[in-house]
Amino acid sequence: MLSAPSTTATALRSSATRALSITTSHHNAAQQRRSMATVQDAPASHAKELQDQDRIFTNLYGHHGADIQSAMKYGDWYKTKEILLKSHDWLISEIKTSGLRGRGGAGFPSGMKWSFMNFKGWENDTKPRYLVVNADEGEPGTCKDREIMRKDPHKLVEGCLVAGRMMNCTAAYIYIRGEFYHEATVLQRAIQEAYKEGFLGKNACGSGYDFDVFLHRGMGAYVCGEETSLIESLEGKPGKPRLKPPFPAAVGVFGCPSTVANVETVAVAPTIIRRGANWFNQFGRERNAGTKLFCISGHVEHPVTVEERMSIPLKELIEKHAGGVRGGWDNLKAVIPGGSSTPILPKKTCDEQLMDFDALKDNQSGLGTAAVIVMDQSTDVVRAISRLSKFYHHESCGQCTPCREGSKWTEQIMQRFEKGQAREREIDMMQELTKQVEGHTICALGEAFAWPIQGLIRHFRPELEARIRDHEKRIGPSVAGGWKEGSEKLGMLISPGQ
Amino acid sequence: MSSKLVPWTLRSGSSALRSCARQQRRSFQVSAASRSSDLNVHRNTSYNNPSIPFQFNEQNEKLIQEVLSRYPSQYKKAAVMPLLDLGQRQHGFTSISVMNEVARILEMPPMRVYEVATFYTMYNRNPIGRFHVQCCTTTPCQLRGSDGVMKAIEEFTGLHHGETTEDKMFTFSEVECLGACVNAPMVQINDDYYEDLTPETTTQLLTALKQAAEKTGAGGHAPGLGGDAGKFEPSGKPTERQMKLGGEGYTAQGATIPAPGPLSNRISCENAKGKTTLLNDPPTAEQILRQDGAL
Repeated sequence: MLSAPSTTATALRSSATRALSITTSHHNAAQQRRSMATVQDAPASHAKELQDQDRIFTNLYGHHGADIQSAMKYGDWYKTKEILLKSHDWLISEIKTSGLRGRGGAGFPSGMKWSFMNFKGWENDTKPRYLVVNADEGEPGTCKDREIMRKDPHKLVEGCLVAGRMMNCTAAYIYIRGEFYHEATVLQRAIQEAYKEGFLGKNACGSGYDFDVFLHRGMGAYVCGEETSLIESLEGKPGKPRLKPPFPAAVGVFGCPSTVANVETVAVAPTIIRRGANWFNQFGRERNAGTKLFCISGHVEHPVTVEERMSIPLKELIEKHAGGVRGGWDNLKAVIPGGSSTPILPKKTCDEQLMDFDALKDNQSGLGTAAVIVMDQSTDVVRAISRLSKFYHHESCGQCTPCREGSKWTEQIMQRFEKGQAREREIDMMQELTKQVEGHTICALGEAFAWPIQGLIRHFRPELEARIRDHEKRIGPSVAGGWKEGSEKLGMLISPGQ
Repeated sequence: MSSKLVPWTLRSGSSALRSCARQQRRSFQVSAASRSSDLNVHRNTSYNNPSIPFQFNEQNEKLIQEVLSRYPSQYKKAAVMPLLDLGQRQHGFTSISVMNEVARILEMPPMRVYEVATFYTMYNRNPIGRFHVQCCTTTPCQLRGSDGVMKAIEEFTGLHHGETTEDKMFTFSEVECLGACVNAPMVQINDDYYEDLTPETTTQLLTALKQAAEKTGAGGHAPGLGGDAGKFEPSGKPTERQMKLGGEGYTAQGATIPAPGPLSNRISCENAKGKTTLLNDPPTAEQILRQDGAL
């Protein structure tokens, strides 16, 4: 989710829409299911099943090696020269027609984002231009880019070249997370193989276009998945997000125009061009086109990463590919649909849920990175979210006060909620706290830790209250703020109204 | 003058006498320091201080040249992260000398290097054991039973988060999501991911590692935790090996270390009961090329 909040304009727009949909939904039942930018009531016109021959990541389960010969045998680096010889306008219009939206979480239309690089007068700019591939996959639940990089590295390397051509870039940096050591070696080998074959470097693929691909390993910081923070990190600084504007398309890596894109987005680009935009567009609903890697983890019979069409019903996805929820569908309690920073969904929503950007946004969640975390009835859902709060506290970079302090507070409060050591009114205080953080930080990490908690309060408030009542019954009423009984007599600071 | 001096002497003299009699120290209350997961300041120790010399070895010098060539020449400092990593691999941990040496090579102020070294969690600024066991406990792993795995590690090594065994064999850390959620629960040991764990397989794995280290003499004090970085030349030949990716296990001197990757019967991220997709040979590029003749 954090990885590609592509443009502040969209981020603002989507949060504005979001706020609008939340406020109106309380008052108007007719508008409840629709916010401004969605197609909830559009017909699910493209319910076409995805067949094996339409899957892009054919090596997802290790059918063949990650080397260049196998990759070429199964379709990579085929007619790349012809692709490079096309004009960037044609290539970008293909991506636009295909309806590809960024796969890193924010879902910004890739064609439009990439077209920002070819601003007016870019030809006169002598500066180098960079494509930065965001392979800093750290969102809990997400493990799709890893599978691409260790099994289909040539899809990514070729994607860098093709996407780089669209933006007239001179080089691509792939920023891979440091823990992915073996993925980095496989990818580095793929890059070297491509250089050896003359697919990269000077006169790439014999097209007269020069392009380099470099690998840069991160060193363990979730926040570096945010685009400006990734740029900072790539420049050899601590990965603390930058303020936008200027946007990376104007001033990015090393002060040059750059675009940050997710691995999956880049890796599908050559296949889209080769097979045609209309082929890609036939899957999924309108404005949510294409295929997508879904990572299904948690309480399913057989966790799996699988490529499926967009807009697949959640139930079908889980039952068809992951062997169903442990103990049957009725044993389901909740699902986190798109990686840890998307709000949780209760079972009643999951029954009918379609897995795409707009449908999930209508249910006040998000597709994120399509990392489906399934929780069955045995789950302590408060503990699950509390653990996520700990994660965000650990990963906050400490630059913006609302996030640095808020993530610690929420972690502490969630730990008390876990035990039930709280007062019921603190639930509302918690809601308010998260609302204070949201939108007041430079990057999306503020939203990322606020939304899961808001989701928990939205859907599992009775559980929180029951836990507090139970604690009260066993131990006695708690003092708000986690203070011990009698603290005020000891002269300690304690919240008013006790 | 004297009318003022005398009372002053009497006054201050008596107060000085009084304070002499009084106990000259007072206690102050200390609560446990609440730090983040790691201390961010450097304290000189016998094993980590700026006077300990550090130099990159010849192999790494070559790698440094290669790394520097990836970045624009006026942005040498972009190479600080890879260089610190190389230094850590050579020295065993990122000591202050490593940081200073990197600052010297990249011609940047040492403080800028310290900033980087303290920001990223993968730089160990204190010595670690031969095997750095990092157990992921974030929600997807927690749902699949990372509590049991944690307990197994703690029981086997007798360690808690952030501690190292006496013999420098194991360091144990509880870490945040490592990005292998479909193969949860998992641990990362040095560079390798071991996935689909149960408490039993965790114990077996740690036993195997310990035995291997003891038998081969690669004890906890062996310098450097270097993996195989840079040793591979691209061969261009197809790998015959089935993709149990994540590295290879090895057997030497009667000790066996299991191959990294899932310790279940899975190869990687597929459905354990058999694949649900990609059952047939994938199509070739010619078969699926667009029909409109644009290419």
